[in-house]
Amino acid sequence: MSLNLLYALAGVALCGIGLAGFLLLNHLLRRLLAFNLLGSGVFLVLVGLAQHGDGPDPVPQALVLTGIVVAIAATALAIVLIRRYFHLTGRTSLDTGNNAGDGGGES
Amino acid sequence: MSQWLIAGLLFTPLAWAALSLLLGFRQGRWLSWLGMAIQMAVSLALWFAVMEGGGFYYALGGWNAPLGIALRVDGLAVTFVLLTAAVGTACGLHAGVYLDADKPWQRYFWPLFWFLWAGLNGVWLGADLFNLYVSLELISLSAVGLVALGGEAAALRAALRYLFAALLGSLAYLLGVALFYGRFGTLSLAVIDQLLVGGEPALIVALLLMLAGLALKTALFPLHAWLPPAHGIARSPVSALLSGLVIKASFYIAARLWMELGDRLGSPWLAQGMGVLGAAAVIWGSWLAFCQPHLKQVVAYSSVAQIGYLFLLFPLTFAVAEPVSLLAQQGITLQVISHALAKAAMFLAAGNLILSVRSNRVKALAGVSHFLPFSLFSFGLAGVSLMGLPPTGGFAAKWLLLQASLASGQWWWVVVLLLGGVLAAAYVFRIYRASFLEVSNSDDFYHPPQSLEAIPMILALLALGLGLVAEPVLSVLALPFEVVAAEAVHP
Amino acid sequence: MGFVVALAAAVLGAAGAAAPSELSDQLQASLARSGVEHPVTAVLLNFRSYDTLLEIGVLVIAGMAGISLASTNALEDPALRSADSLLYALQRWFVPVMLLLAAYLLWAGADRPGGAFQAGAVLAATGVLMRLGGLPMAFIRPGILLRLGLVLGFAVFLLVAVAGALNGEAFLAYPVTIAGGLILIIEIGLTFSIGMILLALFVAAPVTDEHEPEEGGGL
Repeated sequence: MSLNLLYALAGVALCGIGLAGFLLLNHLLRRLLAFNLLGSGVFLVLVGLAQHGDGPDPVPQALVLTGIVVAIAATALAIVLIRRYFHLTGRTSLDTGNNAGDGGGES
Repeated sequence: MSQWLIAGLLFTPLAWAALSLLLGFRQGRWLSWLGMAIQMAVSLALWFAVMEGGGFYYALGGWNAPLGIALRVDGLAVTFVLLTAAVGTACGLHAGVYLDADKPWQRYFWPLFWFLWAGLNGVWLGADLFNLYVSLELISLSAVGLVALGGEAAALRAALRYLFAALLGSLAYLLGVALFYGRFGTLSLAVIDQLLVGGEPALIVALLLMLAGLALKTALFPLHAWLPPAHGIARSPVSALLSGLVIKASFYIAARLWMELGDRLGSPWLAQGMGVLGAAAVIWGSWLAFCQPHLKQVVAYSSVAQIGYLFLLFPLTFAVAEPVSLLAQQGITLQVISHALAKAAMFLAAGNLILSVRSNRVKALAGVSHFLPFSLFSFGLAGVSLMGLPPTGGFAAKWLLLQASLASGQWWWVVVLLLGGVLAAAYVFRIYRASFLEVSNSDDFYHPPQSLEAIPMILALLALGLGLVAEPVLSVLALPFEVVAAEAVHP
Repeated sequence: MGFVVALAAAVLGAAGAAAPSELSDQLQASLARSGVEHPVTAVLLNFRSYDTLLEIGVLVIAGMAGISLASTNALEDPALRSADSLLYALQRWFVPVMLLLAAYLLWAGADRPGGAFQAGAVLAATGVLMRLGGLPMAFIRPGILLRLGLVLGFAVFLLVAVAGALNGEAFLAYPVTIAGGLILIIEIGLTFSIGMILLALFVAAPVTDEHEPEEGGGL
């Protein structure tokens, strides 16, 4: 087993942790962090899996750079939305039970 | 000639996004009218160019795939580019009048609108797995931005839900891309198609991941929970864009993957499973649409149901005879087009009705039939297409799917097609019934401008007329596929 | 858990069957015509520049959303500012060094690790430091100048892209002779805009409690 493959398998483990966190956590910030963890796992798989044979392959590295910028943009957008949501409602999760006026168009 | 058209097609939405960010809403509206006219003209010209000369690959930056990114310009792609131009222009024109120009945040509507358009074109033309991911993210983020615009708590909640679902779907897709790249060392879908021999387990996992991610982004039952809040709470022109076009983008990628790789990586249970989920979406979505107390929720759940039909593509094209598969593909293509037109018309008409009665509740529609018969008529016409009655595009689509089901011996999908039509009739007539109720003291309706009423009518008429011109549309679709397949892909 | 096992099996399977691709060879062969020496930069800004163009678009969307609806108190609230004289003195040292570092990273991108995004991130970090230290930065206000700054890099990139098409070549094609120069111009624009976008997401938070009423008045 090569070192690169080890990176890819570490990426798989990160994906598992990230996915579990994403599905199980309710707190919006934690869920966002889980998304970032999942993203890092995917990037590790992408880079680790692709390095076979002679020398490093620059294409997946460039892809991951692009992917990171997209993930940063998505994270920034999510934080902006979460901050404003918290500012308006004081809530840190999307679960509202049966609170009136909070479902999609139910006010 | 086509070279210039492609450059114009890619450049205009991005340039208009940048320019309109510098302007206010009103100036942005003037600018966007010009942009929509250009996009419409370029899309039409490209459509005719492909009809004449067949499809081709366009190497961006002069670098051919797999080193660079090539765009696949074929009949299906240009048809959807044209569809995007039509629905996008209608929504843009409607939004220019519908949205409140005095609100400071509305200036951001135009840049987001144009970025969304650029992403959609990127998906229709995409032939590179990673580029499709970036285009999908461009669509998701601008769509979420449009839903959240204005920043009310309920809208933010819906936007966050939408964002999380979209991000999870994209990452699942990207993980599949990583596996494909690890195995083949290329991102070009055409090259992968050539190199792929048999169903390796690793690649089956990759395809499953990608399909699951894309199904989440398309809001396939049971992953649909994010859609109704987002489409219900957004401004009506935005809802029309989201329901008409945005959810089709992820489905389009899933369909392209399935048509290229499904014969080797798919399995009967996967194909039937996707079909069953689609069927469940048709029944469950229609039933929930019938139960909703709010007008736009009815339309949004109707989208969940109509998306279900699209997933019949999987069972109807797997391990069946070539002519049957072609019938199914044509039926699904028509379903995508007719649903995009009809649903955009429905949301825009619903927006007019809401503007008029100043309430989103179905019950509040009582008496509106006297005051806004035109919008109500557009709503109904679009509904006729969703029900699948002749001569609409919805009917032509279902007729083709029906034939494909019978020809492949999968009669059970016929039940779904018929039941779905009946349920669609039920929720459309419920709106009609509510609006024809007589109430005595209802003279305080607001009258929206004529132009707002005309736009959904035009879209609904297009959906209606699609059934009459289905034959020529489909012939254009089928022709360039073969031309492209025969061409050598890369040097 | 099943997900992880299946995925690990898939990774091992894909790695075991990995086919040697011709992509690396093609890349090495074309590198000389790309205008830069570092392969990652060549992929990002020449071979797959369409990805990068759309990626900057995604970043602009986030920046735009940031200034359009972050109506909470700005992170650079006066309460968060520090008037510490030691910090101020340190800042006078740090800011020029960080700007220099950003410029170096930008320049290094051509032949070694570095590039527009890294430089832009350092630029934004400098801005954040200055802001937290209480240095006045009047230009970070959601006005026309900020919006211009957000899209400048994107606009430059797009103009170069369409110039290739007007030249009779493909969209995003650079003439080989000036490819290096064009890539540098794009990178300078991108560095500036990426810095602005990230900084704007940090500081430019207009406080408005106005909000859009729900469609139909929510009755």
